[in-house]
Amino acid sequence: MSGIVKHFPGVKALDGIDLEVRAGDVHCLLGQNGAGKSTLIKVLAGAHQPNGGTISWQGDEIRIVNPQDALDHGIATIYQELDLVDGLTVAENIHLGHERARWGVVARAEANRAAAELLRRLGHPEVAPDIEVGRLSSAGKQIVSMARALSYDAKLIVMDEPSAVLDQEEVTRLFGVIRELAAQGVAIVYISHRLEEIREIGDRVTVLKDGRTAATGLAAAETPTSEIIRLMTGRSIEYVFPDRPERQQVGDPVLEVSGLGRAGEFGGVSFTVAAGEVVGLAGLVGSGRSEILETIYGARKAKAGTVTVAGRRLRAGSVGAAVSAGVGLCPEERKSQALVLHESVARNITLASLGRFARGGFVNRGDERRAADEQVRALDVRPADVRRHVRTLSGGNQQKVVLARWLLRECRVLLLDEPTRGVDVGARSEIYALVRELAASGIAVVVVSSEIEEVIGLSDRVLVISDGALVHDSPAEEINEHQVLDMVMEGEAA
Amino acid sequence: MSVASEERAGTGGADVPSRESPLRSVTALFSGPAGRNLGLVIALALLCIVGMITAGDRFVSFDNMMTILRLASVIGVVSVGMTFVITGGGIDLSVGAIVALSSVWASTIATQTLAENTHWIVMVSTALLVGAVCGLVNGLLIAYGRMAAFIVTLAMLAGARGLAEIIAQKRTQVVTISEFIDVVGGRVLGIPVLVLIFAIVAVAGWILLNRTTFGRRTLAVGGNPEAARLAGINVKRHTTLLYVLVGVACGLAAVMLLARTTAGTSTHGMLMELDAIAAVVIGGTLLSGGRGTIVGTVFGVLIFTTLTNVFTLNNLDTSTQAVAKGVIIVVAVLLQQRVAARNGSPP
Repeated sequence: MSGIVKHFPGVKALDGIDLEVRAGDVHCLLGQNGAGKSTLIKVLAGAHQPNGGTISWQGDEIRIVNPQDALDHGIATIYQELDLVDGLTVAENIHLGHERARWGVVARAEANRAAAELLRRLGHPEVAPDIEVGRLSSAGKQIVSMARALSYDAKLIVMDEPSAVLDQEEVTRLFGVIRELAAQGVAIVYISHRLEEIREIGDRVTVLKDGRTAATGLAAAETPTSEIIRLMTGRSIEYVFPDRPERQQVGDPVLEVSGLGRAGEFGGVSFTVAAGEVVGLAGLVGSGRSEILETIYGARKAKAGTVTVAGRRLRAGSVGAAVSAGVGLCPEERKSQALVLHESVARNITLASLGRFARGGFVNRGDERRAADEQVRALDVRPADVRRHVRTLSGGNQQKVVLARWLLRECRVLLLDEPTRGVDVGARSEIYALVRELAASGIAVVVVSSEIEEVIGLSDRVLVISDGALVHDSPAEEINEHQVLDMVMEGEAA
Repeated sequence: MSVASEERAGTGGADVPSRESPLRSVTALFSGPAGRNLGLVIALALLCIVGMITAGDRFVSFDNMMTILRLASVIGVVSVGMTFVITGGGIDLSVGAIVALSSVWASTIATQTLAENTHWIVMVSTALLVGAVCGLVNGLLIAYGRMAAFIVTLAMLAGARGLAEIIAQKRTQVVTISEFIDVVGGRVLGIPVLVLIFAIVAVAGWILLNRTTFGRRTLAVGGNPEAARLAGINVKRHTTLLYVLVGVACGLAAVMLLARTTAGTSTHGMLMELDAIAAVVIGGTLLSGGRGTIVGTVFGVLIFTTLTNVFTLNNLDTSTQAVAKGVIIVVAVLLQQRVAARNGSPP
């Protein structure tokens, strides 16, 4: 690809991108949110038409007019939001759009056989071709997506943050599959925000910045991290986590969780969070950490135990009670759980505190816009235009919008579930700094993250969840990444 | 209501970024406040031109305009209610049946006797109350019973009309309170009261959707119910209220029908649900929820009733009319989509 240009109304998303991928290469694509990664792969997948530039494929210049065209050329894309149909079986999903059929009748046995063969090739023979995709885990779905890409006899597979929803072990297996594909001569374009992954799996690296190629063809193993970060941000950052403040006198507990439990998910969870304290919950996907957060918030109904905020006991299973007591949640799935995507930034920010701008049910839109503006400025949301549709913002900025919603509400307890998922390195450190500032202003913060480093780096105190039980509670300085990992794994084995 | 004042709820008043293309002025025209309804304005204007050519003075007269608006008023009130339900991510197939039940209940001899001895307001209240209760049942079953809106309101469609037939024993019940017909069926300053009611409902609906917390929550619930719930909005209660709202609109429509036809019958409002949904959708409200426009709905209603009027003036039968209606729905929605795509921002 060379000199690719793509305009959107008012935005120049791509402004001359060059990218060269060789057969058998794992080519990593790096860049901050909004740098143009997603747009670029959509051009490659035929979902967007470029306004300029050329694409060469196996020596010939081609135009990719639609997604089917891309697949016909052997270019398959696995998107961040998996595009599988939950109600169909694994085999049906793999062959969706090019079903194995005779006279319109789907040849099920043959399709299942072919699917099983593909899954075996991917090293996952345990995924049964005839079960419904809805019953698979995120990792399982990822495998099915990949099998689908392979079923088109793809020579180039584009993966958009495949590791975002996977845990450590699943990532390791995914890498095994990627290496095998590369060995078979398939070219891979791999997008990730995790630098260490890129080092592990990538051959070469291309860095995008502001819709341009900042550098291309860097050797993944040799280029120093500081160099990559410099290319991405235009500045070099030494550390990403803000300094932990001196542990002052721990204030009164604001959030008290006692004996909280839900059958089959978690049980006997008790802890307290003081004003100005950041508490991190570490645990594997499925350990119950997100469920605990959602139960505190009332989005799931507690079967046992109590949640108390500033001395007032919350009614179980009532989001309304939690919100009015001053609890805010930034949920795991930003797009599906937090944002009304086709609404403006302003309306998303004020969603939880509309009452403040209303007199007799009438919304004062001037006040509303001013308040949203203030938050956008305070959190440095870019672009700083509250009238913009929130779906046009990058992941990091969308996360800031969700944070702004609760800041505006002036909450006492903030629950953050995977606050940096899909957020790039530069914006990450901004969000970390923001979380620190919030705590400093007296808010009690609970952070859940799959990245243990993040939990430890960001928190004052670390709690470890394993198999639905709280197995550890200590100040963050007294524990390191390996110890946490050990505890997490041990619980799994037990 | 002037077209220029239109603001489609749900876009958040977002300005559309300018394009660097020669099409700029065209797109700007389409994306401006007037442009969003331009397709509808053109369609209505075309219909009027056809009316003027084919029927001449009979079409252009003040009386005929009032006839069109009178015809539009009943379905218009229901469509405004329907706009809210659809914007909130739901659908109501039972509106016609609720109108029938409300009209029958309100026109029963018992209610009328009571009303005659006290005041005809009793009759009006009965209709509104019956509508509200039907809507409440719909809403509770959908929000708290977790049933699909399509199924619940389909059941209400059958049930409410059946109940109306039982109460009326399939007879037409003549409204005997002349005072009621004089007031609601009358005119103020030459304009039929029915038309005034429709105008008031449309304006109130616009304010409710665009300027109040209720409207804002409707958009959020329709746009992303999970996000609305996690932002602390009581989604179930809000959904229920939306169905109560459309139920009350149906009750009001029943009152208007009683005044216009001077009778209550179980066949009132037959297939009204389809007309209402069609008017809402061609107006530009998203059938999937999250975006709604009252002005668009009003245009949708006017287009259909003007069409009926032009056909009637030309002595064309209802079958031809139905075919034309079908074509208009498809063309209008296609046009709306084109405009919407042009207004879209990058994903």
